[in-house]
Amino acid sequence: MIGEGAHIEFIAWAYIGVTVLTVALVAYVVWDSFRVDARLKALDKAGIRRRSDESKR
Amino acid sequence: MSVDTVKQPNWFSRLAHPGQFLAWSRYLVWPLAIATLLSFAVGLWFAFLNSPEDYQMGDMVRVMYVHVPNAWLSQLVYGVMAVSALGTLVWRHPLADVANKAAAPLGAVFTALALYTGALWGRPTWGTFWEWDGRMTSTLVLLLIYLGIIALWRAFDDQLKAGRIIAIVTLVGALNIPIIKFSVDWWNTLHQPASVFTASGPKMPVSILTPLLVMMLAFTLLFALLQVIRMRTEILRRRAETLSRQAALQGASR
Repeated sequence: MIGEGAHIEFIAWAYIGVTVLTVALVAYVVWDSFRVDARLKALDKAGIRRRSDESKR
Repeated sequence: MSVDTVKQPNWFSRLAHPGQFLAWSRYLVWPLAIATLLSFAVGLWFAFLNSPEDYQMGDMVRVMYVHVPNAWLSQLVYGVMAVSALGTLVWRHPLADVANKAAAPLGAVFTALALYTGALWGRPTWGTFWEWDGRMTSTLVLLLIYLGIIALWRAFDDQLKAGRIIAIVTLVGALNIPIIKFSVDWWNTLHQPASVFTASGPKMPVSILTPLLVMMLAFTLLFALLQVIRMRTEILRRRAETLSRQAALQGASR
């Protein structure tokens, strides 16, 4: 188990930095995915869709 | 030519067709997300609560559980990009440049995290945050290559043309990977030699190796999850751009 020995601040900053950047990366990837989905839905709403999608309707 | 003699695409080609990829990869997202979360939970439990101090470094060994997985991924992601580059240049595979574009920002973040955690590990153990030695400098070069590739993808409107040029750049940049790997053997360096992936097996006790391997699995699953989502997003983005262009052309011709 981790103690409260020397250099605890280096360990803390390492994990905080990794957590912040990893969460930011995941958030960006998910936000980008939703943004593209929304753009495709807007195009579809405007009647702009692929011919293969129209044939499925 | 009769219909019977037309060569049917093999299973791999069918699986990797962008439309097919969108269809089957959607079933990967949630299982990968759950496996990633579980692996992180187990890995962090090991890292903080169920692993001993190192006899030399003390608790600083716990930084290794985030440093080594990110260093491993910085090179693995580039390997994925190099294989994708071959797919673009040799087989003109439709998903290859999508995979390359999707992976580049992920590789850049993992490399930045490897440098960041390495610096924090280095200060108490070596007495310095940074040293221009072979391992650290070649890893910094890798980060710059990733950033260059991201910038190139953004610089081109024609993504197919960009894919071919970036594939060549990616393969040239791949020369840096063996330099990173063997830098600790070729030059005098502060960085310790390989201690996980060696010909004679890992050089550390099981109590420290276990959390390390679980955290490596967790970060690798995270990469797989983000790569699948980003590839799906890139395919849909290209579809949206094509539709927007077609709509604009139709509007102009009316």
